[in-house]
Amino acid sequence: MTVGLPGATKQLEVAVADADPDPWGAQQTLSVVGTRQPRIDARPKVTGAAKYTADISLSGMLHGRILRCPHPAAKIVKVDASKVRAHPAVRAVLTFEGAIARYQGEEVAALAATTPEAADEALALFAVTYQPRPFVTDLEKARAPEAPPVYDDAKKPSPNVRQGNVRSRGDALKAFAGAELQAEGTFRTQVQTHCCLEPHGVVVQWEGEDLTIWASTQGTFAVRDGMAEGLEIPKSRVRVITDYMGGGFGSKYSAGPFALIAARLAKQAKAPVKMMLTRKDEHLVTGNRPDAVMSLKVGATRAGSLEAVALTSYGTPGVGSGAGVSGPMRATYRVRHLRTEESDILTNTGPAAPFRAPGHPQGSFAFEQAIDMIAEQAGSDPIAYRKLIDIHPIRLAQYDVGAKEIGWSRRAAMKAANAKGSIKRGLGMASALWYNSGGPGATVHVRVSKDGAVEVMNGAQDIGTGTRTAIGMVAAEELGLPLDQVTVRLGRTDWPEGPGSGGSTTVPTLMPAVRAAAFDARTKLAAIAAKVFGVEGSKISVKPPGLFYVTSDPSRTLTFKQVAARIPGELLTAQGSRAADYEGFDDRIAGVQFAEVTVDTGTGKIKVEKVVAVHDCGRVINPLTAESQIGGGVVQGLSYALFEDRLLDPVTGRMLNANLEQYKIAGPLDIPEIVAIAFSVPVGFNSIGALGLGEPPVIPTAAAIANAVHHATGVRMLQLPMTPSRVLAALRSGHA
Amino acid sequence: MREFEYQVPTSLESATMLLKKYGERAVLKAGGIDLVDLMKEGIAAPGYVIDLLALDGLDAITDDPNEGLTIGPLATLAAIAGSAKVLRRYPLLAAVAGEAATPQLRNVATLGGNLCQRPRCWYFRSADFACAKKGGDTCFAVAGDNRYHAIFGDGPCHIVSPSSTGLVLVALAGGIETASAEGGRVLAADQFFTLPETNVQRENALQPGEIISRVRVLPPAAGSCFGYVKIREKESFDWPIAEAAVALVKGPSGTVTAARIVLGAAAPVPWRAREAEAALIGKPLSERSIEAAARAAVHGATPMSGNAYKVELTREVVKRALLGAQPLRP
Repeated sequence: MTVGLPGATKQLEVAVADADPDPWGAQQTLSVVGTRQPRIDARPKVTGAAKYTADISLSGMLHGRILRCPHPAAKIVKVDASKVRAHPAVRAVLTFEGAIARYQGEEVAALAATTPEAADEALALFAVTYQPRPFVTDLEKARAPEAPPVYDDAKKPSPNVRQGNVRSRGDALKAFAGAELQAEGTFRTQVQTHCCLEPHGVVVQWEGEDLTIWASTQGTFAVRDGMAEGLEIPKSRVRVITDYMGGGFGSKYSAGPFALIAARLAKQAKAPVKMMLTRKDEHLVTGNRPDAVMSLKVGATRAGSLEAVALTSYGTPGVGSGAGVSGPMRATYRVRHLRTEESDILTNTGPAAPFRAPGHPQGSFAFEQAIDMIAEQAGSDPIAYRKLIDIHPIRLAQYDVGAKEIGWSRRAAMKAANAKGSIKRGLGMASALWYNSGGPGATVHVRVSKDGAVEVMNGAQDIGTGTRTAIGMVAAEELGLPLDQVTVRLGRTDWPEGPGSGGSTTVPTLMPAVRAAAFDARTKLAAIAAKVFGVEGSKISVKPPGLFYVTSDPSRTLTFKQVAARIPGELLTAQGSRAADYEGFDDRIAGVQFAEVTVDTGTGKIKVEKVVAVHDCGRVINPLTAESQIGGGVVQGLSYALFEDRLLDPVTGRMLNANLEQYKIAGPLDIPEIVAIAFSVPVGFNSIGALGLGEPPVIPTAAAIANAVHHATGVRMLQLPMTPSRVLAALRSGHA
Repeated sequence: MREFEYQVPTSLESATMLLKKYGERAVLKAGGIDLVDLMKEGIAAPGYVIDLLALDGLDAITDDPNEGLTIGPLATLAAIAGSAKVLRRYPLLAAVAGEAATPQLRNVATLGGNLCQRPRCWYFRSADFACAKKGGDTCFAVAGDNRYHAIFGDGPCHIVSPSSTGLVLVALAGGIETASAEGGRVLAADQFFTLPETNVQRENALQPGEIISRVRVLPPAAGSCFGYVKIREKESFDWPIAEAAVALVKGPSGTVTAARIVLGAAAPVPWRAREAEAALIGKPLSERSIEAAARAAVHGATPMSGNAYKVELTREVVKRALLGAQPLRP
């Protein structure tokens, strides 16, 4: 098989499993995969016909509400629910008396009532006695030895410091000290909340011992497993349905406490319960991207070698874990000596959750600015210097594609044009790194009816990325059919197991299984055709539009319908599973983004004028949805760079902006022209040659903007978000 | 949200009667943009909601050559922004109406509602904080996060006035007419807005039972120039962090004979920068006089722990509003 990009191909010999089709190599001609296809579910989505979890309404359904702790730390001493139980509309009540709440928003009590209004009204009737406990919500204060411990198993010497995940290769500090060029800085990033457009939520219905859950989730099977475990019932008793999903960035992998509460309320009330979280809950309890304080040292040579990278970082995952940021430092470029030490600092705030490329936007903000600092010291252009330290053949090609699109050649002349006036223009760029994270863990069924109808079934969900359409495209490709002749059924655990949508795994895990199942169907249909032609099945080929023909005599054809009509019995069933990865081109996913900004030095306001985002994801299945994915990542990255910030009251520890007005997210007027380039490179690894794209596009945007701001103004932005006040401060002091 | 009784009067008289009848337990609703948010958070919990949208003629916009502009309180921000009458002689008002919030909100939000909206302070807006404005005894902004709070005013509450239309009405020396069961009155726009020291729980001079019935602006004097600049962190759906509206009259020789310079996002009310106004009177508009006026505009500012940057930004918007001040298009 040939993989790679023109001028940098690799010949691979791979062993293909028996049930797996031969891989699509770089020379493969495809007629559906790789074409621009509007989403097959676009119409129901824009007309409102698509039913999301919040749209589900069942006969006799109750509305669940959760009372949440207003304190960042408190013992829930007593919950008097007598008035709640006496409310005529209330059908079920749960209390969590005696528990310790360790962050604002932890569950205190719950109820289900006949209407949403009655549920809200009854929620105010709980009389709770809290015993507030000492708390700490500030990152720096939480590090101190005298800080109130978040957990009772306080560590020494500082109760909330979960000390250092250390990785080391060579002697980075010594290499830094001796390096010809040295860049050094302390970079700070903020807590970002997921802000899924559709809140977390479920509708649960018991029928005897069987539980059905409509869930807004990134993992139908994870919800099934979590509910089965939490309720101590067999998985076979739990069905999860996610027909349509309104966005998830890592916080919707599991059932969540609210789903278990809903199931318990439903059981108690003997009625279905809808439990959708509020926007405030979304900010407080469902997860976030931890903040980070990153002290970074990069030592390098003028000739273009990264001699040393040394990182010490800490951040707060609240009461959870996972504030690491070193990913970009460890594998984007060739680094001779590396040392990273990352600590989690516990605080009385909601737990972190995986968030689109965990750790990477933070690490990239620090590292890609440090690389620019080195390039500047070397007297080198940022791209030219990166080309010396980069070893990824795909990114090396992407630099030129992106530079041309953004007009990088204008960069040198900008300084002179910036001499006058308060508006300064700049160009910046930054690289991104992600990983091939696909693998076994998906099975797909294909059903062909005698009328020629094709259904492709897998229980995984489409979280809005276009999975449904991609499944249809891959199956249609394999069967030689147009896309509209394939019906895709997904989002229900009734169907075979599929992956959770996280880690950019959905495409590389699921699509090879789709292809294997369609291949199985095609092989079985070919055998039917072969009988008609009086040849062996292996002598039959398929070409669009669904024509089965004798390979040696293409004039002898049968249409798809003619073959299907000869299916013995009622229908043909086929199955395929994801085989293990074989070799591929490069298992690191490359990307690079370019930003053009203007900075108003009188007001500190940054305006992003244009972003060019070039991202690799192996073979692109649908350029249209791939570009959408990239655009979405850039918007989220820009919003992180300039606006978003979870703000806590320094006195009470309560969140101040737990809404979408004061928690600022980029709106239409803040979003620049975005040129999304889905850089299609058949890379092997699986029968499709595709990798994931969900996470990479959010990674380098903030760093690219910061580098552009530096180019425009000469100041380094060391802290996110880059608000007017911070930009003004940086301009006044020469740095942020 | 609690249960409430919903009343839809069809005349201003019946609206004032209802307001008198229900007293403090009633609230007025126009577009409902602000009110519904307040009710959802439990900050407003009225027993009676009097919906004004069925009142006839209260959304009219007229401009008389001598009497000037009259706008009904139910005119939407979108209608004001798109009105040729407003655009022609009162361009600042059209500009702020057209830049507030989002297109969707501007189609529903009314002038009366915009003038009477409650502040955006996050301590006030959250039921989690029993702040002074809600009847508590603390302004949480003092020891808390006050990055968006006032740089003028002495408390006891440090909100900033959220109404950009109010800011412009003060700059244009507009008037606000009211109706009530007892009869009506006329308030100058800068008397309409009141400081927390007057009543910490209110932001304007409306008395119980009083409804805004008309907003008036006199025709611009000959030689008038207008300027408006705001800075917000986001361009979509955000509140200004600094804002200035200026209305100047220049004499035949080019010297400034009258000036109103009003600051937004700076104080609990649209804040007249009187020192800046005085600094310009009798002087020609030049870079030097403008710089001096901009400095004077923030003279005496009392920033809090986290909002000193707003002083610099406010000086900048005043400077830019003055530099960009334009006469009416012929």
